[in-house]
Amino acid sequence: MGSPESAEVAGAVEGAGVAEGAGVAASFAEDADARTMAWYVDKGVEILVFIGGVSAIIFIFGIFGFVMKEGAGFIAGSLDLGEFFTSPRWAPTSSYNPTYGALALIAGTASVTGLAMLLAVPFSLGTAIYIAEFATGRIREILKVLVELLAAIPSVVWGFIGLSIMNPLIIDLFNVPVGLSVLNSGIILGLMAAPIMTTIAEDALKAVPDTYREAAEALGATRWQVVFRVVLPAAKNGLVAAVLLGVGRGFGETMAVLMASGHSINIPTSVFDSVRALTATIAAELGETAVGSDHYKALFALGIFLFLVTFIINLTADLVIRGVRKR
Amino acid sequence: MVSDSGHLSRFGHQDNRKSPQKNGLTDAGAVGTPPEPRPVAGDPPKLVVRNVSISYGKKMVLRDVSFEVRQNEIFGIIGPSGSGKTSLLRALNRMDFFVPGMSVQGSILFGGREVRMWRNVYALRRKIGVVFPLPVGLPLSVYDNVSLAPRLSGVRDPRRLDEIVERCLQRAALWDEVKDRLNSLGSLLSGGQQQRLTIARALSQEPDLLLLDEFSIAVDPVTTMRIEDVLQGLRQEMSIILVTNLVQQARRLADRTAFFLMGECVEVGDTEAIFSGDVKDPRTRAYVEGRFG
Ligand SMILES: Nc1ncnc2c1ncn2[C@@H]1O[C@H](COP(=O)(O)OP(=O)(O)O)[C@@H](O)[C@H]1O
Ligand SMILES: [Mg+2]
Repeated sequence: MGSPESAEVAGAVEGAGVAEGAGVAASFAEDADARTMAWYVDKGVEILVFIGGVSAIIFIFGIFGFVMKEGAGFIAGSLDLGEFFTSPRWAPTSSYNPTYGALALIAGTASVTGLAMLLAVPFSLGTAIYIAEFATGRIREILKVLVELLAAIPSVVWGFIGLSIMNPLIIDLFNVPVGLSVLNSGIILGLMAAPIMTTIAEDALKAVPDTYREAAEALGATRWQVVFRVVLPAAKNGLVAAVLLGVGRGFGETMAVLMASGHSINIPTSVFDSVRALTATIAAELGETAVGSDHYKALFALGIFLFLVTFIINLTADLVIRGVRKR
Repeated sequence: MVSDSGHLSRFGHQDNRKSPQKNGLTDAGAVGTPPEPRPVAGDPPKLVVRNVSISYGKKMVLRDVSFEVRQNEIFGIIGPSGSGKTSLLRALNRMDFFVPGMSVQGSILFGGREVRMWRNVYALRRKIGVVFPLPVGLPLSVYDNVSLAPRLSGVRDPRRLDEIVERCLQRAALWDEVKDRLNSLGSLLSGGQQQRLTIARALSQEPDLLLLDEFSIAVDPVTTMRIEDVLQGLRQEMSIILVTNLVQQARRLADRTAFFLMGECVEVGDTEAIFSGDVKDPRTRAYVEGRFG
């Protein structure tokens, strides 16, 4: 029914002397303010979605705040940032000279992620191009399902594969004493990141309108020429985003790297060296430290560093994707 | 009558050009063009379509169509939407290849050779330019849009590419508008400019046959007229198949016209004859006079 305001509006119209229009205006006003079922549902959903969105933001800030609270004081106070970034010696438990050098850990993470991307980027872009541009019918459906299955394998299973299959294989093949190394964890991490990168890259390729392909084909371009001259340039931003998200995935992965890398502090000089990753260090050591100790806080400092790096990677990916939409 | 009949007077002189008796007449509009080569019935035809049927899966959308396109001829195809015009164009340059379920029966001779027998389908497509209904500015620069085809066929020399780009844009009546923004994205041009860009792109492959599929559907009347002028000039070098939704456009441009209706080629004949009511099938007259969906 008409709310007080609507009655007022109707009254105002009448007052203005639009005698005939007034009745119509009144019935419009009733419709205009009608609280129908659909209106309530709409408002309700709006509120729910708002709560969902806000809580995501609250959680993120909460986590960030917690990590900062545990680590920030230490970073500002007793941690020597120069030492943190330049010393390869991570010896938080040393009783006479505890050192918090993260260089070896950073090098470990970087080398494993780097190798993983070296393997996974061409592999997943190739797969994505094949699925999106060449495969047809059943082959294509099967491939897509397989890629998604691959993405669903838990990371501890990947770690297990690294430990019990890749390890002896590398020892046999390359005749090296240990098989838990940059090579092992790089391959495992590459296999883990590939499905996500493939899926996102394929989406980016699929988003390129077919009219572009048709137009290029009509010019006499071969299928490869169509892909390389037209489709890839058009999908460029989405492909970059796919790679960046893959890098982020590799950077943050913990369990598989912990199991397959050998977990020994080392600046690697070859792919057969064992290394230790930032994430694995936190996972392995956090349970054994006294809450509030320097060691405990140093691990949180590692966490903040990781957080910042993944944040930057994801932000870049996001900006790149947004570039796609603007076009 | 179709709404574009207003342009008729502007193209009145074409009636002269179309009658074979007044052969040597030059076009008053085009500057300094030599006497035009006219389509002659005796020449070997550029394209022969014989008993062509097209189906998607089990559904037949074009039945037993036959016609010829002569050298330097503009061949118009008119007919309501869904009558199989686009499907026929797809078959001509073998774009059916990637359309799932599409099959083509019958014979299509291009330059005296069965199109299905071209081993190098890409070479075939390079000889047949296509302009689609909605302009497709590839997401490349204006320059790259036009230089793509020559590059694909192996032209490397930048000076030669510059030349090709300028010449094709000139001929598509677009050069003056884009010469200062050759490096901006082709997809950012206006609709009418993009359609002329696709014509320039089609010309860059130096086609023998140009297919235009309802090119004016997303283009304003002024641009449509400019493109029609362009086509008049182009017919000196190539044959053109003009599929059009505007009946009067066929009348203005085409030497001969075919009328397609629901997968059937109802009529093929001189445009003159078709528009003066000299037709075999009453449905043609009805369509041409606008008494038809
Ligand atoms: N890819 C396709 N798959 C199935 N049917 C199609 C396809 N393309 C066109 N058709 C059908 O073929 C018929 C002719 O279409 P089309 O050649 O586009 O006609 P026109 O260009 O004359 O409007 C229509 O009924 C249309 O629905
Ligand atoms: Mg069509």
